[in-house]
Amino acid sequence: METASAESVRKHVRVYVTVFVALMALTLITVTISTLHLQPAAAIIVALCIAALKASLVAAYFMHLISEKKLIYAALTLTVVLFLVLMVLPVSHFADRGL
Amino acid sequence: MSEAAPGAHAGVHTDHHAPPGFWRTYVFSQDHKTIGIQYAITALLFLLFGFTLMMIMRWQLAYPGQSIPFIGKFFGDANAPDGVMLPEFYNQLGAMHGTIMVFLGVVPLAVGAFGNYVMPLQIGAPDMAFPKLNMMSYWIYFVGGLTMLSSFLIPGGAAASGWTSYAPLSVIATAGQTVWLFGMICLITSSLLGSVNFITTIFQLRAKGLSFMRLPFFVWAQLVTSFLLLLAFPPLEAAGVLQLMDRLAGTSFFMPSGLVVSGQPLAYSGGGNPLLWQHLFWFLAHPEVYVLILPAMGIVAEIIANNTRKPLWGYRSMVSATVFLGFMSFVVWAHHMFLTGMGTVISSFFQATTMIISIPSIIILTALFLSLWGGSIRFTTPMLFALAFLPMFGIGGLTGLPLGLAPADIHLHDTYYVIGHFHYVVAPGTLFALFAGLYYWFPKVTGRKMNDTLGRIHFWFSFAFINGVFMPMFIQGLAGVSRRLYDGGAMYSHAQGVMHLNVFMSVCAWCLGLAQIPFIINFFWSIWKGKKVSDNYWDATTLEWSAATSPPMAHGNFATPPEVYRGPYEYSPPGSGRDFLPQNKPEEAR
Amino acid sequence: MEIPYTVEPRPDTGVYNAKLGIWLFLASEVMLFGALFSSYVLLRVGATTWPHGYEHLNIPLATVNTVVLITSSVTMVMSWASLAMKDIRKYRVYMGSTVALACVFLVIKGFEYAAKFEHGLYPSGSTFLAIYFTLTGLHGLHIIGGIIVNCYLLGPGTRMWKTDPARFTNRVEVAGLYWHFVDLVWIFLFPVLYLL
Ligand code: HEM
Ligand SMILES: [Cu+2]
Repeated sequence: METASAESVRKHVRVYVTVFVALMALTLITVTISTLHLQPAAAIIVALCIAALKASLVAAYFMHLISEKKLIYAALTLTVVLFLVLMVLPVSHFADRGL
Repeated sequence: MSEAAPGAHAGVHTDHHAPPGFWRTYVFSQDHKTIGIQYAITALLFLLFGFTLMMIMRWQLAYPGQSIPFIGKFFGDANAPDGVMLPEFYNQLGAMHGTIMVFLGVVPLAVGAFGNYVMPLQIGAPDMAFPKLNMMSYWIYFVGGLTMLSSFLIPGGAAASGWTSYAPLSVIATAGQTVWLFGMICLITSSLLGSVNFITTIFQLRAKGLSFMRLPFFVWAQLVTSFLLLLAFPPLEAAGVLQLMDRLAGTSFFMPSGLVVSGQPLAYSGGGNPLLWQHLFWFLAHPEVYVLILPAMGIVAEIIANNTRKPLWGYRSMVSATVFLGFMSFVVWAHHMFLTGMGTVISSFFQATTMIISIPSIIILTALFLSLWGGSIRFTTPMLFALAFLPMFGIGGLTGLPLGLAPADIHLHDTYYVIGHFHYVVAPGTLFALFAGLYYWFPKVTGRKMNDTLGRIHFWFSFAFINGVFMPMFIQGLAGVSRRLYDGGAMYSHAQGVMHLNVFMSVCAWCLGLAQIPFIINFFWSIWKGKKVSDNYWDATTLEWSAATSPPMAHGNFATPPEVYRGPYEYSPPGSGRDFLPQNKPEEAR
Repeated sequence: MEIPYTVEPRPDTGVYNAKLGIWLFLASEVMLFGALFSSYVLLRVGATTWPHGYEHLNIPLATVNTVVLITSSVTMVMSWASLAMKDIRKYRVYMGSTVALACVFLVIKGFEYAAKFEHGLYPSGSTFLAIYFTLTGLHGLHIIGGIIVNCYLLGPGTRMWKTDPARFTNRVEVAGLYWHFVDLVWIFLFPVLYLL
């Protein structure tokens, strides 16, 4: 992003506004769905999917991850993998424990 | 050297400061070399302190219930009435010995001191990428260390729930535990800032021509170590925050329902899970053992290449092994929890990953051993320590395998065998490597070398006594003696056959303390009186040796940015007729 | 010798120092919140009963807060874009709004906390409340950290715009990355604590 010219930045600005609108819409949707009190499993999946979508919008556009350098991608890939290991931690705890 | 010729630089940087004053030069310095020295001094003092705690404990283990001679009366009635150590005090000493050795001694020395001083020089950088952050890392570490020490002075004394601070014991422990948690949060923050700095520096500030496969192995070790610190410490920080909440806000993250202590039900809402602490703790603490060992391997690799006058055998495999090892260390944590009621499937999984992770360690150790083959070895003082590292770490590593196999661990878990195992890794292993590093880089820092006779005395006595301390622990552990026992097991009938070893081990521990005196004398004597030596005393190839001795401060490591033409260990290159080719020496026209 | 690549990117890695530094820092933050999230899952799965967020917590307030924080992320990125377009005046406006919105977030959070305490709902009450207070509290601390950094960049830090505009723009970008991350954490906390 450091080489961004004024012109390309102006284009960015339009994208930021679009993303903002999308984020607002998604917030509205997830709150509305939550009032339906779905089955726990369904509710969790829907809420987390919407959150993940919002988060990726923020990461991709506000944090410019959509056009980042390889080194940053590599560092983040490693982090994501280890994050997944953390998420598996509770599974490793309960699986096969007979509780 | 920008101070020497300010005029020559006019216009290049407009904000050229007057030479910084005393505080900026020696105390709040932003120069990586000064910070490295600050880390070294602080960490060495903590190591001495942590070792002293252990020497005091060893009295109680050798002569349970007897008054500690000479110093016993100084501990006060709350800790040692009539000089006889109370169990509570023993637990404090044990917990603090572990914490101080690991978090305040070895890691700051291996990473903070050696990493800070040597790594930027080895990659030809003017300094760390973020000098202010570097200064902050040190001072946060310092505050964390003082916080830990201060806990000895508060009512109830220091933390006493072991360096592992298992819940629920740690949640209901005295205030020392809260101080411990605050101290840990400082130390974790310091490590995080440090690792961000290290990784950025290695990626961004490498000299021209210094590709990754030309990095000295030490730099690789520091790189992987920093990633471990960066990504494994935050879960412990999270756990620390949760435990603080349990202690201060009365939450029950780690407190199970219906807990009754000494016949009294506790005023906790319950619903928490003590094993959650263990998961989060070991998620850090297993990678942490590689934080303790990788820099040591890095130091040993440098010294072995230099003193065999040969390239390292299998440099590339060592690098891949290190990276693989770093990654795997995140998926083995539950081998510390085989006895917490996990089923066979999960046990098998962690048992398998544990066996897999032993492979890269074996590769590295084998490569180092093979590097000796056919070398014309110089038995310098650093080399002696580096050579001793190999078998000692070997013993530590091999004795770890039975602990990683769930069936064997049922017998060995929480016995002195475990203590013996990991001390072989960290004491005659890592500590010896760190001593090797001190002897090796001393001439770079001071321009003088340490005395060899004293060095040899230090080495041989340390080597003998340290084995005397730790070898019998295997025997005791196999006999079933538990660790963390106030009387060393004297009250148990199954321990009777091996109790006599306690006196021997303690005497060895005290003698080990005495064996450090030649080192301390040597260290101070050599700073002022040691033999003056040249910039590249060891005839080494890596970049730090082409910088001036005690390189100038203020980002002034090299007069001009160095350029690198070859790999790190071009010793006795075939056909050149030379003993060594420094990394930054241009190719000659043949 | 000055430290290289503080402003311009290093050719082979393609980034300047602080950019890599902040991403590494954020990586560690991912692991911090990841560990807390995983603790939450472990405790919730192990619990015999667990309340729905909406039974205890105020969803409308939290929704407003979500909007506030997302908006502040937009103003943050706009403040960087203004600098990239060499418009320091607009930068001040956007950065000022970011700080203001962050403060609004904290005030609303403060009201939420106060209401809980009034009803005698403390962290020690249940594991659910413990999680709620710990996660939002830690997130709040991150907000405060962001406010401090942004205030610096809005006040004394702006001086650098005159001496080294490129570096100042980088600083704002880096502060922005942190701020978006704080927003991102909230995007997960909101459904996890309130809606589920
Ligand atoms: C070289 C001198 C050292 C001696 C003589 C020594 C001795 C001991 C002994 C006897 C124990 C067992 C205490 C008990 O079970 O009650 C112990 C525990 C421990 N030591 Fe050391 N140690 C030394 C160095 C180190 C170093 C360098 C480290 C770490 C880097 C370290 C880390 C630990 C830890 C973490 C424990 C706690 C084990 C537990 O919680 O059960 N020690 N030490
Ligand atoms: Cu382990």
